[in-house]
Amino acid sequence: MYYIDPHIHMVSRTTDDYETLARMGCVAMSEPAFWAGFDRGSAESFHDYFRQLTDFERQRAGQFGLQHYTWLCINAKEAENVSLSREVIAMIPEFLDTPGVLGIGEIGLNKNTKNEATIFLEHLELAVKYDQQILIHTPHLEDKYTGTRMILDMLCDDTRLDRSRVLVDHVEEHTIRSVLEEGFWAGMTLYPVSKCTPERAVDMIEMHGAERLLVNSAGDWGPSKPTAVPDFIIAMRRRGHPESLIRKVVYDNPREFFSQSENFDFAPPELDEAEANL
Amino acid sequence: MPIPLDAPEVLDREFLLVRAKLLEIAASLDRIGRAEGQVEGDRRLQLIHDALDVLRQGESDRAEQIQMICSLSYDEQWQEKFDLLPR
Repeated sequence: MYYIDPHIHMVSRTTDDYETLARMGCVAMSEPAFWAGFDRGSAESFHDYFRQLTDFERQRAGQFGLQHYTWLCINAKEAENVSLSREVIAMIPEFLDTPGVLGIGEIGLNKNTKNEATIFLEHLELAVKYDQQILIHTPHLEDKYTGTRMILDMLCDDTRLDRSRVLVDHVEEHTIRSVLEEGFWAGMTLYPVSKCTPERAVDMIEMHGAERLLVNSAGDWGPSKPTAVPDFIIAMRRRGHPESLIRKVVYDNPREFFSQSENFDFAPPELDEAEANL
Repeated sequence: MPIPLDAPEVLDREFLLVRAKLLEIAASLDRIGRAEGQVEGDRRLQLIHDALDVLRQGESDRAEQIQMICSLSYDEQWQEKFDLLPR
């Protein structure tokens, strides 16, 4: 089955991983800007990173027929440095018309601090000013519930935002309901130990339905599995769910969400007759 | 959304996995108990026992309940405290 991974950090992966993803049925991916594992020292470092995301990774993916898209921001962890964050935010507009840039992300909170919230709000201003879609990181582990509530407070306070153009990622059992009820898209990240397993993602679809829900691998430089979305496809099949429902979650939903961005120039693969009729 | 499998089918499929996970928890607690030092006052140990209570007593939404046990509390006044009230 063809699928789209809506959140995967390919800068951290090898070229072999691109080939493996292509073999597994991946046809496109989107890569939000994130933390590199260390704090960068200057805005110039982010400028180079944005060039890597918008140019180099797009070419590297293209070698295997994969369509690569990206989101730009300064991540929540480095947002603790407010002056650096403002320099980076000021630089982002020069990249927004670049092919493959879908919007602002992954912005969010990490330890739920005042500085993080301040920069989150400034990213929202940027997105509104340039009419961009938004992809949001929610914190991990014990900080997730509070951080998600704080993020929803800030999003819902801003009446200028079109909620159908905002994806709140890394939802789990205790945060998915409020994100969906407020009208946002929700992403489930299949990530060992600290996030969600394929089986629990299937549970959440059974409990909340498949509307405005995405699944992703978030494959990065930490312990993670870039082929986690195919694991989810297998888990859905083993539970007896129809192919049409699986395709909705892993292909139709991300395509529908991304299609709201002007830079989503996705060329769909040819589907065989059986798959096209799902 | 209906679950395609019925409850006996789910139990057939899950029993050995659940058994294995319970054994991992039991062995982890035994390992902590065998090791030198004291952890009685450690908040994380209390979280584990609170979560085990949910497994024993809960009837539904157990995963969500355990997530909440392992979550910091939300402060509704956070925007005021951060001086970030909406304009």
